[in-house]
Amino acid sequence: MSNERTRILVVDDEEIVRESLGGWLEKDGYTVAVCPDGASAIARIKGERWAILIVDLKMPGMDGLQVLEEAKRLQPELAVVIMTAYATVDTAVAAMKAGAYDYLVKPFDPEELSIMMQKIVSQQTLVRENTVLRQALKQEYRFRDLLSKSPAMQSIFELAKTAARSNSTILVLGESGSGKEVLARAIHSESPRAGGPFVAVSCAALTESLLESELFGHERGSFTGAVARRKGKFEMAHGGTLFLDEVGDIGPKLQLDLLRVLEERRFHRVGGNDPIEVDVRIIAATNRDLRKATAEGKFREDLFYRLNVIPILIPPLRQRREDVPLLVENFVERLAVEMKKRLDGVSADAMSALMAHDWPGNVRELRNVLERGAVVASGAVIQLGDLGLPAKADALPRAGTLASLEEVEKRHVAAVLGHTGGNVSQSARILGIDRVTLYNKMRKYGIRRDGEQDPESGDDPRASR
Amino acid sequence: MEPIFVWWIGEEEADPELMEHVRLHLARAFDRPTARWHGAARPRHAFDARRKQHASGAILRWLLERGPAKGTVLGVTDRDLFIPILTYVFGEAQLGGRAAVVSTARLIEEVELVGPELLVERLAKEAVHEMGHVFGLVHCDTPGCVMGRSPAVREVDEKDAELCAECKARLEPSEGE
Repeated sequence: MSNERTRILVVDDEEIVRESLGGWLEKDGYTVAVCPDGASAIARIKGERWAILIVDLKMPGMDGLQVLEEAKRLQPELAVVIMTAYATVDTAVAAMKAGAYDYLVKPFDPEELSIMMQKIVSQQTLVRENTVLRQALKQEYRFRDLLSKSPAMQSIFELAKTAARSNSTILVLGESGSGKEVLARAIHSESPRAGGPFVAVSCAALTESLLESELFGHERGSFTGAVARRKGKFEMAHGGTLFLDEVGDIGPKLQLDLLRVLEERRFHRVGGNDPIEVDVRIIAATNRDLRKATAEGKFREDLFYRLNVIPILIPPLRQRREDVPLLVENFVERLAVEMKKRLDGVSADAMSALMAHDWPGNVRELRNVLERGAVVASGAVIQLGDLGLPAKADALPRAGTLASLEEVEKRHVAAVLGHTGGNVSQSARILGIDRVTLYNKMRKYGIRRDGEQDPESGDDPRASR
Repeated sequence: MEPIFVWWIGEEEADPELMEHVRLHLARAFDRPTARWHGAARPRHAFDARRKQHASGAILRWLLERGPAKGTVLGVTDRDLFIPILTYVFGEAQLGGRAAVVSTARLIEEVELVGPELLVERLAKEAVHEMGHVFGLVHCDTPGCVMGRSPAVREVDEKDAELCAECKARLEPSEGE
């Protein structure tokens, strides 16, 4: 029976109404539960999923409209029918404005009730079918862990799939958080090397000498602290793919070493004499303008051309806003699984704000914002306030108020940290300063990693010296 | 197997032919023994002066108290029935219980034009429908099935007097108990 799984919650303070309506609906094949007041109804809506809520308008405590508003906040797709003893235009208008599906005047005609329930069920069936179709469509928009329906990204997926079949070096360009490593992993998985290792190295994280031994390994005793022979990332990636992240940040000596490996496909461990041959596919990535760095003499031109065999530029999220709803849906689904929490999505105003945001931290920032929202959300729907998105005006002092340069800097640093979910490296990059400088500013202004004021130090005048 | 008792509880004189028809239909639909139940008492306390209708819930409770101690019972009345939330009902039943009631009051619509056999047919359908609820059946979407929704006489006339194969199959497990 098609109605078997349709769940209806009946809320009325009169027992006789709960009993007669509940009984009638049960015989109609619905799963029915009844609640005597608004508060217990909200508790049941928080804990379980309902298709239809039939609620009395006039009840002591929470009235029908309040239940309606709270229920819609918790489960936007819930069809709410308001029951009223006397139909007045005012109550009908108020109910419909608050998002009610319809209203019924007590006592109601059995035919009216029957038709209304069937209409709701068939509409909800259509919505479900639509969801299934959208899921199928999402597969079309997917390249491994990447998801996009923008034409620019679709052609990147095509290029990446083709490039994956070759052994050529790929240079992935894109802003921080745009998914460069995710793309590199997707290419690896799609390539004939998928069975081999995928090894990722962040070139910006280490000093030049540490990075050298990290990449090439070292022989025992080759430097102080080299107590044992150690394999480098190049050797570890043998037969697979080596992902060199932030390749634009490496120093001149390593640039030369890297150029040699790319040319000869062999290298020496630090302190070693015997050349080691490797079969490695290189995918490099950077958020820097390597061509400009080459022109300025900061990056070797010959290395640039060695890396720039197949360049793939990932557009920033703000240039493909049409992907935001798709990504939100995807992340919310994943967060629900990871957090073992019921999450149905984001509210309409939250979605508008997400669409309007500029996303300097790109997809990673979007994920961080949603993760925060998922943690903070009290119901199954993430509300605008849960996201902690700074209002547009927050980073800037309001027009007409005069703030000192320090005050503006303090607010901006806090706002950027808030945007990146407390990611200091990413925030430093956005601010165009190094991490040490950012840490100093955070200490100076008493700002925590989450962008909030640290109550311990924020108001201490010594801290701002 | 416990019998189904059919009891006329209307205010007018019982129509023996009509009651016999109902009994035979129930016997065929549920494949159980059926019998008429006779009692002079009437559920007059169920009358609601404000609505000028009888409360079907009160009648169900009364049938359990005053009717047969064993088996199931269908009260048949000529009084108009209601449940508090609805303007009227053709009948009501305890889902998976022992009692049901069905009324001719609203089934007589257009009977004068078409002939008395129309009422016989409608009453038999609603009797089987309400007793179907007593035996645990809920509304059915199979076209023509007597367990289909029938909030108005139009739907009553459109459906058959029989249970569909699926509803029949759903009845069987309880019969084996």
